Order: sequence, then C-alpha cells, then structure tokens
Amino acid sequence: MSSQITVRIDGVLCTATEGETIFEVAEANGKHIPSLCHMEGVSSAGSCRLCLVEVAGIDRLLPACTTPAQRGMAVTTTSDRLSSHRRLALELMFVERNHICAVCVSNGHCELQALAQSLGVTHVRYPYNSPRLSVDVSHPRFVLDHNRCILCSRCVRVCDEIEGAHVWDIGGRGIGSRVVADLDRPWGESQACTACGKCVQVCPTGALVEKGYAVEEMTRSKAAIARLAVKKGATP
Amino acid sequence: MKKARLATAWLDGCSGCHMSLLDIDEALAVVAPQIDLLYGPLVDAQEFPQDIDVAIVEGAVSSHDDLEKIRLIRRNSRILVALGDCAVTGNVPAMRNSIAVKTILERVYIEGADIDKGVPTEVVPTLLKQALPLHDVVKVDLHVPGCPPSARMILFVLKELLEGRIPDLKSSARFG
Repeated sequence: MSSQITVRIDGVLCTATEGETIFEVAEANGKHIPSLCHMEGVSSAGSCRLCLVEVAGIDRLLPACTTPAQRGMAVTTTSDRLSSHRRLALELMFVERNHICAVCVSNGHCELQALAQSLGVTHVRYPYNSPRLSVDVSHPRFVLDHNRCILCSRCVRVCDEIEGAHVWDIGGRGIGSRVVADLDRPWGESQACTACGKCVQVCPTGALVEKGYAVEEMTRSKAAIARLAVKKGATP
Repeated sequence: MKKARLATAWLDGCSGCHMSLLDIDEALAVVAPQIDLLYGPLVDAQEFPQDIDVAIVEGAVSSHDDLEKIRLIRRNSRILVALGDCAVTGNVPAMRNSIAVKTILERVYIEGADIDKGVPTEVVPTLLKQALPLHDVVKVDLHVPGCPPSARMILFVLKELLEGRIPDLKSSARFG
C-alpha cells in the first residue's frame, strides 16, 4: 500500500498519497491550478505549461501535472511570477496558429478563450505567426482544424488509453508539429478510427469538432471520459 | 466641467463595435453631456482633429490608408483605445494573412468578377501585406477585446475614461 505523505500547498498542509502529482493533491484540496492539457481519466503530458508551480528550493518552475508530490514539499500555485509565465504561455499559443474566436464553433465554450479571460489576457504582445494550415474534413462525422489546435495531446491520450484505438499521434517537430491520424493520412481514411468521438469531446478548443455546428454551437462533455476511465480501470 | 474631446474611427472592421457603442441606449444621454464627439462615423467631420482626449478605434490596420489614419490618430490623441477583436487581434480581417495579397485581389477582382475584371489601381487603398492589430503599429493605451465588446463593457470603459481612469478589464473582457 502506498504511504501517506504531507505537503504544503500555498502554505496549507495537505495529506497526499505517495505517487500523486502536485496537480492531483492541489485539486483534492480545493486548489484550482489552470491547465489546458491535463484531463481526469487519462495520463498527464505536461504539454501546455499552464500548470507551472513554484516549489521551494527549486529555481525553475515545474508543471504540477507531471511532478509527483514529495514528502515535505512546499508548493506555491499563485504568484506574480506564475501569472506572468502563464499569460506568456497563453499568448504564445494565440500567436502560433490562427485562433479567430469570433468565427469559431467553440466560441463561448473554449478552454483557451476562457483561460485567457480568467488570466486577464486582453491582447497578445507578440506578432502573430499566421501560418497557412489545412482543415481535414475527410471524416464523415468530424472535422480536424489545425488552425485551432494547441497540441495539448488530449485526443492522442484519450484515443490510446480509453478507446484503445490509438488513431492520433503528434507528427513533425517544433513549430511544424501536427496532430496526425494513422501515422499521417486523412482522418476519413483511418483504418483504426472507430468514430467514437472521444477526441472531439475532450478537445479544449475548436480543433476537433462535430460536423454541422455553426459559430458558438459546439459544446462538449469531458465528464463521460472520466467515468469511462474509472470503469475501464485505466486511471493512471 | 470641461468636456472630454472624443473621436472614434472605423478601420478594417464591420462597424459592429460602433453598433455596440450605440447599444448603450439611454446611457448615451448620460455620456453625451460630458463629451464633445469630434470625429468618426457618427459625425460629419472630414479631418481628424488635433488635441483629442480619447480616440476609440475599431478595426484592424489593413491598408496604407488605415496605416496613415492610425498614425495621425495616435499623434493627435492622448488616450488610444483599441475597441473590439479586429483592433486588438486582427480577427476576421487577419484571416487573409496567410495568403499573398496578389492572390486575394485576383481571386476577388478577376476570378470572382463577372464584368470589369481587373484589380483596381485607383481610389481603393492598397492593402498591406497583412491585417494587423493596432498595437503592432502604434502604442495602444487600452485594449477592449470582444466581437463586439458588449454595450455594458463599452459603457464601463467610457465612464472610467471620463473619470480620468484607465479601466482594468482583466478577467471581464474576452476574445470573441
């Protein structure tokens, strides 16, 4: 049996089970840490860098979702330094691709948009990259719009860990990275895709959407994924 | 009390932000006595005046004409407000930014035209390579995102500015 440990989060002593991440301990103790890639029911990737926290004695910031809580650790989840880093991470997501909220099916239901609001991002300080990106409409039911993808990899993980199909991967390198189906073929030609739609339900933005929705119409539910994970016993 | 000298301007946008400004409805009667509206789509001035206290600008900077206008507005105004997503992010006008200007113009004026095919060379301002947010070309004092920003937020911004404060929109304003 895993042993119980005690950590301090924002000055409050919290009991945790060894092996739990800082993110999990914080959530269990009512501390909300912002995140775009973390999702209950699937493994953590640490890709969005929104959940960065300060740990006493360590100079660099650590992602809460992939850092295990350790005995005696003192964690800070909110500070001016963290807010500034989180805003920076968000602004870089906005400049990297083409996030035009006003014409997006997810407008009003988008985690990226909502987080920008809650972290007080009223404008982006850097020049937009404005890349020419494709939209994959080859699937009969769903659309993949690379313009709106933030590479959080929730789709990759939910398809692999919950559905067990492993359609998605991240292909390419650096700024050329893209979500790819079946090792980079049009989604509609994927042999592995079961059209279950789990990837669509977990997408934080408007990158993966169901066909037939207009601006602001696309809503999602992540709760079902967490329930499925428990039933499947897949919770890492 | 001295009235605030106010100007508004409409660059590359849909005028929806000006519509949202008018949507403050009866509050216009509260704001009106405190301001002199000296320039913009809502009044008939031809030249952008000197010595403006607050300039509220809607739309992205898309053409050489826009660029000249926004530089003049900046020079003549103490406070410059970027109103709405086009002015703040480029928004819909910036959706052309990944396509070459020549390609767009030929698509619209040659492939898309039934008569008088040809890219105009007179009257219509020449496009910049990309549609830009205001703060890419001039200093902006306040960003009010939204497509359009709600009438309530615009009223809040106006009231704060008229009180001599730059309003804090953190967590109340959002893109889209």
